[in-house]
Amino acid sequence: MAAVEVEKQRGRSAAVAIAALVIAAGIPLWWKTTETYRAWLPAARISELEALQLELRVEVEVVFARGTLSPEQQKKVPASRMREQQQQVDDKTGLKFTYETRFRTATVMEEDALNQPTAAEADHALHTLTETSCGSVVIYIIPEASALLPQDMRVYVGRSRTALLRSQVASVVGAGLPEVLAALDPQMEQVLQTMSFNHQDVTAALTDRLRPGLSTRDSLADSMRAFKSSPGYEITFSLLNPDPKHHQLHWDVEAALDAYIYPLLHKMAPVANFSVDSQILYYAVLGVNPRYDASASAYTLSADSLAHVINPVEARLGSNAASSNPVLNFLLYVPDSLHSPLIIRNDQKQEVASNAFHSPRWGGIMVYNVDGAYGNDTQFPVDIAIDMSRVMGVFLSQLRLMLGFQQTGAPPGFVLEAAGREGVAEWELDRLLWSRSVENVATASASITSLAQLLDQIANIVINDNIAQQVASAVTALQAAVAELEAGNLALALEHSREAISASERAFFDPSLLHLLYFPDDQKFAIYIPLFLPMCVPILLSLLKIFREVQQHRAEKRAKRD
Amino acid sequence: MTYVSLLSPVVCVCVSHFVLIGRTSAFLLLHQARAERFFRSDHTNNWAVLVCTSRFWFNYRHVANTLSVYRSVKRLGIPDSHIVLMLADDMACNHRNPKPATVFSHKNMELNVYGDDVEVDYRGYEVTVENFLRVLTGRLPPSTPRSKRLLSDDHSNILIYLTGHGGNGFLKFQDSEEISNVELADAFEQMWQKRRYNELLFIIDTCQGASMYERFYSPNLMALASSQVGEDSLSHQPDLAIGVHLMDRYTFYLLEFLEDIHPASQANMNDLFKVCPKSQCVSTPGHRTDLFQRDPGSVLITDFFGSVRKVEITMETINLTVPGIPLERFGGEPHTETALAYVDQLPVAQIIHQKPKQKDWHPPDGFILGLWTLILLVFFRTYGIKHLKHIF
Repeated sequence: MAAVEVEKQRGRSAAVAIAALVIAAGIPLWWKTTETYRAWLPAARISELEALQLELRVEVEVVFARGTLSPEQQKKVPASRMREQQQQVDDKTGLKFTYETRFRTATVMEEDALNQPTAAEADHALHTLTETSCGSVVIYIIPEASALLPQDMRVYVGRSRTALLRSQVASVVGAGLPEVLAALDPQMEQVLQTMSFNHQDVTAALTDRLRPGLSTRDSLADSMRAFKSSPGYEITFSLLNPDPKHHQLHWDVEAALDAYIYPLLHKMAPVANFSVDSQILYYAVLGVNPRYDASASAYTLSADSLAHVINPVEARLGSNAASSNPVLNFLLYVPDSLHSPLIIRNDQKQEVASNAFHSPRWGGIMVYNVDGAYGNDTQFPVDIAIDMSRVMGVFLSQLRLMLGFQQTGAPPGFVLEAAGREGVAEWELDRLLWSRSVENVATASASITSLAQLLDQIANIVINDNIAQQVASAVTALQAAVAELEAGNLALALEHSREAISASERAFFDPSLLHLLYFPDDQKFAIYIPLFLPMCVPILLSLLKIFREVQQHRAEKRAKRD
Repeated sequence: MTYVSLLSPVVCVCVSHFVLIGRTSAFLLLHQARAERFFRSDHTNNWAVLVCTSRFWFNYRHVANTLSVYRSVKRLGIPDSHIVLMLADDMACNHRNPKPATVFSHKNMELNVYGDDVEVDYRGYEVTVENFLRVLTGRLPPSTPRSKRLLSDDHSNILIYLTGHGGNGFLKFQDSEEISNVELADAFEQMWQKRRYNELLFIIDTCQGASMYERFYSPNLMALASSQVGEDSLSHQPDLAIGVHLMDRYTFYLLEFLEDIHPASQANMNDLFKVCPKSQCVSTPGHRTDLFQRDPGSVLITDFFGSVRKVEITMETINLTVPGIPLERFGGEPHTETALAYVDQLPVAQIIHQKPKQKDWHPPDGFILGLWTLILLVFFRTYGIKHLKHIF
């Protein structure tokens, strides 16, 4: 009996020990080994990014030329002033525009420069005198009687960051400097909105963060036309020759690119990397049949048929298979001899001067007529050299549109100097840098916050250490970019914002972030029950038995005592 | 009801043909309407992801479904670079195919949808749930080529077409795995978070297809399915020469509808919802538009199936013709071109003119030693050890 008792005791202690092992060691082990590895993300800093308060600071220098200020006003200059404009775009995004203005009088050399006969030469001379930093604006106030500007124009915006503003404040005797400044304010505001940024541009750049539907129609058209900010772009120039039997085309595209396109791309180097290539396609036809118009004795393409031109051609265009950057295509189509000359008509049935059209976020096509280069009885094929400067003029303007330089809509009374051979004026580039920095900041913050939200929402995504590292570096770069924008250093802000966006894109699109297969609950039970039930049932039953025996023993003891 | 549904595409075609040919004021009015349409649908490019999730010969009809939609989408203008086609691609060259290199979608071999310009991006065993989700969410390894990626942006309209065998809440991929409707909804949400689409049209032709779009929760999604939960999608017609069913009913009638659409057509989504009513399809097609912001009646078929580009006339040009100034080379002097040649793949000079190389002597390796030891052992075992003195 004692042996049976000992046996029973051993059995009981064995059951209890096994149960204790299972509960104390087994369950935590199972929990630990079946959980997904999630590295720690800086959640606090990420939630700070949700509410974005952007401050954009512009340094403005206002230089008064001789004759614009009375002597007692001149004594008060140099002065400085700061003006702020606050705007709440939506409940999570706020904007503040700060204009830090410094006033001074012109130096002798600047006066000499302003004495040039035309505004363009004055601008050129002024440009050689001072070195303006990226993002700043210099406004020269010239007297009302000055002959630099034509009579009805008030403002001249040059190719660098300077503007000439004709002062309309006839120096009222007795007026102090503050009154003069107050009178100049609205005009200066207009100049700054043209040369730096205005509310519409910045709101358009913030569309990634905003709810859809907040942007206006014009800004929607602009945002649809230009490519989104990307670390690199591929530009392909193609020559389409449908008729090699008659036309032997020569285009010196390398020299033309060197002369006209590369300067612009070199200036845009802080914004993105560009890779340029060119190709020639033979026997490539447009997908649309042009109609012959006897009145113009030419073949015409109407505006609505242009939409169907691109697709058949696009199938034959090559692209670089190695990169995933957006591609801009610029096609030069030389019509075949049977369909020459080919002109494009717009909606009002008028000829288009450039004979070219472009498609948003795709590129442009130009039709180049060569029928004037040869007579009827020449020996075919005819050697034709294409005038690349004309072609590049059109492509350059299309490229500018695609890259985000808005169509120059000069406000009334403004003269905006055309960019010419450099491709882009410095202030236009500054405008682009402002909107690109804001866009990068908006996109990067939207990416990071949505990544954090997604990782919270979908519980079975593994977060590796490198993801956490990327996110942390993205957050750091983002905060640095916002700080630089506040300080007014545009170039540094752009650099940090590019870092932020590339880190956030890499984190978001990391291949390891694929969520594991979703298992509905009944499937989970179906997997666990055959594994755990045969093991748990004996343990539970034996624990129950032990428990009942202990209860019985206690009842007996109580009965014995009573 | 079938007459009405058949008549409406015909009416649309007539109207659009009249509009295109005539030079009346109606044409100009349509022009203005087209100009306004620049803002009505704010997409600038179109993408299509067409997936056939079955393999094996008896699932011929799924491949024919996908290829038919591929053909329509290409005909309406979407280029191959914007189509991600995932097929098991084992039909055309299957041993059982009596007409190799063809996949027919109509009986009596009327229409060969395989053609000679099919560009399959994911073929064979690459069609997996993981690859499909990676394509949708963009989380591909950096070495993936451009043609295998969905490079859409926030102004892209995407068409997603899935076909295969499915059930209530899942879709079977190649007989080995399945994708559930929750995963699909999560994938679309990830696409929305990163603004990888402007609007998305999801068409699924499987049994109980409506269960796959039940769980969607992201905006701007429109979904069509060939059958409701609890119903089976049926196939259309077997071909006795090929021996299998060639198409599924829903896709067959969808294709008939799409054959009447051309790039300038004005047919809208309400016509698409009427495709294949219960009398033709036996199952009840369903659709879901509550997540879509625009009214389906104002959404054109070509917004998703075609690729009608928006164009603008270039008004401004830059005057670069400054006479007398030569083109300066940017970046310094051009470097002289060195003549380039290919490296020899085989060292021909060495092979042809070499003397036989003196190979170093190696002692015989283990195998030879073992073989000879075995032979000797057998010999002496057979004939006795006394013969040893003849050897040594």
